[in-house]
Amino acid sequence: MSQEFEPTILAFVCNWCTYTAADLAGTSRMVQQPNLRLVRMMCTGMVDPKYIVKSLLSGADGVLVSGCHPGDCHYINGNYKARRRVKLLNEILPQFGIERERVKLTWVGASEGNEFAATVNNFINEIRELGPMDARSMAVV
Amino acid sequence: MARKIGVYVCHCGSNIAGKVDCENVAAFAGNLKDVAVSRDYQFMCSDPGQEMIINDIHRYGLDRVVVASCSPRLHEKTFQKACARAGLNPYLMQHCCIREHCSWTTADPEEATAKARHIVEAAVERVGEHRELFSREVEVLPDVMVVGAGIAGIQAALDIAKSGHKVHLIEKSPSIGGHMAQFDKTFPTLDCAACISTPKMVAVSQEPNINLLTWSEVEEVTGFVGNYTVTVLRKPRYVNEAVCTGCGACLEKCPTKAFSEFNEGLGFRKAIYRNSPQAVPSTPVIDGSVCKKITKDKCGICATICPTGAIDYEMKERREVFHVGSIVLATGYDAMDPTPIREYGFGKYDEVYTALQFERLNNAVGPTEGRIVMKNGQKPESVAIIHCVGSRDKNYHEYCSRTCCMYALKYDHLIKDKVGHDTKVYNFYIDMRCFGKGYEEFYKRVQDEGVTFIRGRPAEIVQEDGKLVVVGEDTLLGMNIRLPVDMVILCTAMEPRKDTTEVARIFGVAQGQDGFILEEHPKLGPVSTATDGVFLAGTCQGPKDIPDAVSHASGGAAQAIALAAKGTVSISPTTSWINPDVCVGCRVCVGLCAYSAIEFDERRNIAVINEAMCKGCGSCAGYCPSGAAQIKHFNETQIFNEIDGLLGMIPDWLPPVEEPESEPVKIPVQIDQPEERA
Repeated sequence: MSQEFEPTILAFVCNWCTYTAADLAGTSRMVQQPNLRLVRMMCTGMVDPKYIVKSLLSGADGVLVSGCHPGDCHYINGNYKARRRVKLLNEILPQFGIERERVKLTWVGASEGNEFAATVNNFINEIRELGPMDARSMAVV
Repeated sequence: MARKIGVYVCHCGSNIAGKVDCENVAAFAGNLKDVAVSRDYQFMCSDPGQEMIINDIHRYGLDRVVVASCSPRLHEKTFQKACARAGLNPYLMQHCCIREHCSWTTADPEEATAKARHIVEAAVERVGEHRELFSREVEVLPDVMVVGAGIAGIQAALDIAKSGHKVHLIEKSPSIGGHMAQFDKTFPTLDCAACISTPKMVAVSQEPNINLLTWSEVEEVTGFVGNYTVTVLRKPRYVNEAVCTGCGACLEKCPTKAFSEFNEGLGFRKAIYRNSPQAVPSTPVIDGSVCKKITKDKCGICATICPTGAIDYEMKERREVFHVGSIVLATGYDAMDPTPIREYGFGKYDEVYTALQFERLNNAVGPTEGRIVMKNGQKPESVAIIHCVGSRDKNYHEYCSRTCCMYALKYDHLIKDKVGHDTKVYNFYIDMRCFGKGYEEFYKRVQDEGVTFIRGRPAEIVQEDGKLVVVGEDTLLGMNIRLPVDMVILCTAMEPRKDTTEVARIFGVAQGQDGFILEEHPKLGPVSTATDGVFLAGTCQGPKDIPDAVSHASGGAAQAIALAAKGTVSISPTTSWINPDVCVGCRVCVGLCAYSAIEFDERRNIAVINEAMCKGCGSCAGYCPSGAAQIKHFNETQIFNEIDGLLGMIPDWLPPVEEPESEPVKIPVQIDQPEERA
């Protein structure tokens, strides 16, 4: 695998928990690798699986979906819906030659800036290890 | 159609410009499609920065604005208002963050600049698809609910009642006052806790605008800011509050005993009891789990004694429903139980007390009527006070509980004062934190009274020859010490209440890492929460001493009054919308909606959003198989554009093309001649 490969990662994060944690990580100057870019959503329950697929097909090597811890959802149970959708998506991704590891769901609470920075850095490392997404060059869209 | 987009890149002093080449980002943005004007400026949120946007909107006729600066959680409203002042709908602005998620977290300036360009490109791509949206105004119900009637809840309730609004004050225990009612004296003034809190408690009971519900718990909260519906469970008191005069005759004769929670298990109370003679309300309560009449239908003495016939063994729990505009949470804290810290022997050795137990020993209506004595009735000749028990300890709570240093100093003084000045008092501390008004002076005074301070957290407490031996190290002298004393007081941590998780779920608020309820912003929003119309007061938000809890409570009250006084609140228009032309009527969204905001129109066979109830969480849009359900401001096109923008500059990674090893094969090309028609 090429040493020069730098993955590009999108993260769909919930405004109330993980986005706040990302702000806190920034305010606390917790250095993160620059490969990840945030898309602010109001809730992970808003993340349509097609957004994840679209990201993977448009050039992202990994997608992180991150919201409130179970029981903490600002909208009662949106994160449970996200959990179900990501689980189902993970079931079908391999059929298209996309590794399951490319889509990750995590819970990061609003006060967990350090947790956010660690999650981001670990995920970037995992995807860098995994290498570029072959499926994209073969996909017929 | 072509847009006219204005892009504004903020330097934020050196916060952004220190890492990100803002001029480069602005120049890059200027070349993007539909961007009419692109500038970078020192401080976009300053008045001149906002004026720049307003002037450009007028001069260039901008119809979209992108501001790249700090987190939208900080300044989105600032720039939305600036756009509104220029006559541009605030929802035609996109605020993207190149500070918290970029300049502050990226080590390399070039990488930070590249990332900022992507973020700006995504915002430009997205903003073109923004549509005008209009907030709705809804009425705010004038009443307020305060949950928890400790000193913070009492203060909040009194403040709100003073403004003329009605307050429903809900308290779980049989009487109000919270932990402060258990204290004897307060630092640093040594005011008697009861003397300063009972006037407030009485004021609550006499205030016509306060509806006090003790022995009650909030079960369910529905609705939204300005319009909450709260169901309160009224536990059976078995004493009719309306008839009882609080004479206390029943308390004398009850034959059944149980450990007293109010005295922290140091003494007994009867099955029918009240926490203290000054309890508000003065109506006693019957403990249904031990009362012989209720458990076994034997006894019933209190009913025969009661001169007004207030005792009612048949009382059942009931529920009351209240409609309020806002809620102030003042649910307080728990003092940590030090039993798990085995090395300090709490529960094993008789003479190891928690701080709250010591408060009760001091209190004139406590188990010893205010005498500081050991279990054998003797006065202690030496006392060790151990600071930071469970606080600043990564095995229990990492945070500092803020109050322990000061109440330890208060105990030092009380022991010297009550037991005698020849009593030896030792403080085992890590750091002394005396940060408040008059606190340092009090520390100095206690030092002058001849109290010993030993820096170091003790390792363990053992019992030898009828004495408790504190084993530890004096880190200032660098020596191990073994100190025999008669009594040990553990300054236990303030921790979140055991039911905080449940409370957070009921009121839709979050908990922080320490378990306390999370405020909206640690610095600038310490009394509000992420849920509009739910405010915080006192120690449910974090450890506080009494002055801090009281001022925090007044802050929470001010927020609730502001909402009630204005009478209306604007509701965000970023709700869901179901396109009637696309909806196929599968009804999945109806079941998904957590707020019952989607109704099914049988006649047209489509789902319809009730905008008053929709909170815009997007559960429906995230599923809708036909794409009919869309969240305004977060719709499919906007998100797709944002994804495109974020990934726009990235060339697809392709494996390197290998050099061909042989000569290329020539493939003959046949050109078909079109057949001539006969």
